[in-house]
Amino acid sequence: MSEPVIRVENIGKRYSIGSQLGQPKSISDTVQGYLQSPTRLLQHFRIGPPTELLWAIKDVSFDVYEGEVVGIIGRNGAGKSTLLKVLARITEPTEGQATIRGKVSSLLEVGIGFHPDLTGRENIYLYGVILGMTKVEIDRKFDEIVAFGGVEKFIDTPMKHYSSGMYVRLAFAVAAHVEPDVLLIDEVLAVGDAAFQNKCLGRIDAISKEGRTVLFVSHNIPALLSLCSRAILLSGGTVTADGKTREVLDTYLEGIKEKSELPLFARKDRRGDQRLKFVGFEMRDWQGVEVGSLVSGQDVTLALKYESSDGEPLNNVHVELELYGKFHESLCQLSTNFHQVDFQEIPAAGAIELKIPRLPLQAGRYMFDLYATVSGGMSDYIQDAGALNVEPGDFFGSGRLPPVGHGIFLVQHSWSVASAEDCSQVAYDV
Amino acid sequence: MVAGIPDPSRIQADTSKEVVYIRPTKGWVPLNVKELFLYRELIWMLAWRDILARYKQTIVGVAWAVLQPLVAMIVFTVVFGKLAKIPSDGLRYSVFCLAGTLMWQYFSASAQSSSNCLRNNVHLLTKVHFPRLAIPLACILPPLVDFTAGFLVLMAVMLHYDYYPTWRILSIPLFLGLAMVTALGIGLWLSALTIEYRDIHHVLPFLMQLAMFASPVVYSSSLVPDGLRQFFGLNPMAGVIAGFRWALFGTPVAPGPPMLLLSALMACAILVSGAYYFRRTERSFADFV
Repeated sequence: MSEPVIRVENIGKRYSIGSQLGQPKSISDTVQGYLQSPTRLLQHFRIGPPTELLWAIKDVSFDVYEGEVVGIIGRNGAGKSTLLKVLARITEPTEGQATIRGKVSSLLEVGIGFHPDLTGRENIYLYGVILGMTKVEIDRKFDEIVAFGGVEKFIDTPMKHYSSGMYVRLAFAVAAHVEPDVLLIDEVLAVGDAAFQNKCLGRIDAISKEGRTVLFVSHNIPALLSLCSRAILLSGGTVTADGKTREVLDTYLEGIKEKSELPLFARKDRRGDQRLKFVGFEMRDWQGVEVGSLVSGQDVTLALKYESSDGEPLNNVHVELELYGKFHESLCQLSTNFHQVDFQEIPAAGAIELKIPRLPLQAGRYMFDLYATVSGGMSDYIQDAGALNVEPGDFFGSGRLPPVGHGIFLVQHSWSVASAEDCSQVAYDV
Repeated sequence: MVAGIPDPSRIQADTSKEVVYIRPTKGWVPLNVKELFLYRELIWMLAWRDILARYKQTIVGVAWAVLQPLVAMIVFTVVFGKLAKIPSDGLRYSVFCLAGTLMWQYFSASAQSSSNCLRNNVHLLTKVHFPRLAIPLACILPPLVDFTAGFLVLMAVMLHYDYYPTWRILSIPLFLGLAMVTALGIGLWLSALTIEYRDIHHVLPFLMQLAMFASPVVYSSSLVPDGLRQFFGLNPMAGVIAGFRWALFGTPVAPGPPMLLLSALMACAILVSGAYYFRRTERSFADFV
């Protein structure tokens, strides 16, 4: 076996959160602190960790060989970005070691360092050098970069006049022409239109064909499936699966499913101050009767049961529910502030009811996240809090079930025919 | 392994490729000047970005560079020259103080911009790898443009008042270099400290104001009492400004070359200690900004 291009050995990264030593502080705070409790001075000499520690990643080990395209998957907060930041040498690991053979380039965000007052041309040079290219190299690839980004006409226009699409295209065009041995990419493809995304995926594919090694963090499961031969699953900061993309993805989706089957009150993996805590949820049909699954096209209610931590009524409550599809892709978000109905005051315990008239979802299983804030502060956030099972139903009221396997949403619509005369009539009327 | 077939691991082991080791570091770390040198283009690019951005935004861009020292000169001449009648080594006060102001404004702009450099480049710190020293280094270059514009004004004013430069003018790069070293040294210390102490950024303009009066900008170092004078060189900018005036007008560098030497030593000490402190703190930049 040849030597790995990337060798990661027991890498761990610890952050101290909320501790006095970890937070940036001001001189006045510090002086005040010393005056109030002189023993705090000793803290600077204290050996040992400050109070609140969080291992973003721990004991992560794997090898990557030349030409491999490896997808890194996991839920938000699983440590994917931290891992990439450590490998990109943006932040140091707390323990462990990694060895990378060859030139590393990282694309953690497109367009960093772009300056709005500079022209596209000037920014290509600036960004290129930031990404590790030399000026000579950029000179040589300049036309290619401009053509890839499709911004020929605006190349001498200040970037502040660019649309966000042009901005992203130019940024990726530069990044795509860096020629590192190892490329680290973090979710940058979530931007741009579909055509451009495909172009980017094609470019990543080409990069790997040239024998370069790519590490790729993404939530875009179809993209991972088509690009990566191998995937690594991170959960809670450790590697929980490593192997063929298809198999690792199955493990990932299965894990999400299992978790969502736990009753809400028993869930420990939640964030926020818990002033409002979701303790259960119920699906109800159009008659208000609790049901195990919903039916397409029926009026349905989701009751989100909650409790307040101190038994007091809660003020200014905002709730969101985000729905996910088969590949755990986000489908839509339902939020109290879309209708400006954040609740001014709600009792200490009860249920927040969400009504969806004529449920416009195809039959299937849909995971959802729950999120609540109280008076602006995050109170409870549970990823994959539960699942909605949807059974086929007569959405269109036609006495027939809509065929499955065609999309996710059902949309109310109508068809009609106008004769040629009507058409010309209309045209003349206008 | 069959003879004649090359060992695949040998083919793969490409010795020309650099190997990056990523592991935790502790305490003082080497400056790694070699890597910084490899990234010299980035330093130029960052400086060039700031210059372009600054002069593109305003039509008065360059005019501003000329106006600033001129306005300061007029104000100082009225207050310190005419009202307080501060002696100026036998020179016309306006010319005397324009020279001091020009050098001071370069130093002050560079030191402030490099002190705030990390706050102003958070997106770079958290998203891409490069030697962090490149950022403060790039910050001391753009103010050179203002300095050059101001220098031309100074030359015009000098000729107007019949002060003609001599061969000594060739030593100006030396004093400017010393000002750059000092500004960078201060910038390294303060930028690394701002990571832990946010309010340095608020105190900085005030500190600069105080430091100006501790340097011979509006007065001559020959006014400093004898007993204190040898310590005056501890302020690197004292040596820089006295030396700059010597280069322009041939005024004596009071109290002579030892003060210059002391200033130069101090400037280097600040730079080297600043660079090491910066490198020591560097590992936490991305986590705390």
